[in-house]
Amino acid sequence: MRLLIRHKGVRSILRRYLVTNGFDGTLTMLGLMSGFYAASNVSAKVALSASLGAAIALFVSGITSAYLSEAAERQRELRELEEALLTQLDESEQARAARGIPYLVALVNGLSPLLFSLLIISPVWLVAHGIPLPVSPFLLSIIIALGCIFALGVYLGTISGTFWLLAGARALLVAGITFGVILVLG
Amino acid sequence: MSNITKLVLDVLKPHQPNALEFATRLAEAGASTRVNLTVSEMDEKTETTVIVVEGRSLDYEAIQSAVSEMGGSVHSIDEVEVQSAAEE
Repeated sequence: MRLLIRHKGVRSILRRYLVTNGFDGTLTMLGLMSGFYAASNVSAKVALSASLGAAIALFVSGITSAYLSEAAERQRELRELEEALLTQLDESEQARAARGIPYLVALVNGLSPLLFSLLIISPVWLVAHGIPLPVSPFLLSIIIALGCIFALGVYLGTISGTFWLLAGARALLVAGITFGVILVLG
Repeated sequence: MSNITKLVLDVLKPHQPNALEFATRLAEAGASTRVNLTVSEMDEKTETTVIVVEGRSLDYEAIQSAVSEMGGSVHSIDEVEVQSAAEE
């Protein structure tokens, strides 16, 4: 695993997938929770089923799409390298990386939206299981989703060297617009 | 009984691992081995290198397998130095 991560460019690919699909998952959940909040008569159990369904779909979609695209790309790179070297690389570390990296990338791409989603829907899960909360679980989920998006923005800011508050606020603006549009339309 | 004490190999390798890592790992393939790697030509995806490996008793199979493991291939053995056990 450590060898795969050390492989050239893998860290940045993992980072990109973590943020991209994490953002996807968070924004999807923000959309769902905003919709439930705007509808105001949705039960926590129905909302939980719908959100869990979406989270699992994001997980499966994340895993399969990343695996298929990354495996195809890695295989192509390996074939090109074999042609350039005029040799078979089946037993080399390049071949092992070409086989292993797609699994690693797929895992990150699938787990990222799933974990963000589970965190966001946790207040709904609590209420659906009979644990009362002082405020609407949907409102709490929306706050958590906004917090996640801000954190992802800050993380991107630290990578790019941008001022963390500005990067976080920029990501939050996207989420705010989404939230606003859903409230207006809902 | 004779020992290989020096090998000059013409090796074609990918850019990764780089020359430093490639030479270090080749040196680790044998005990008390000294490796000198010179990149003689560079292509879009490959590097042609001249690798000089020196040691008291070199294991060519181990060196070749280390080269293959890192994605390289030995194109030719350009120079060999062998020492008989009696000379030591």
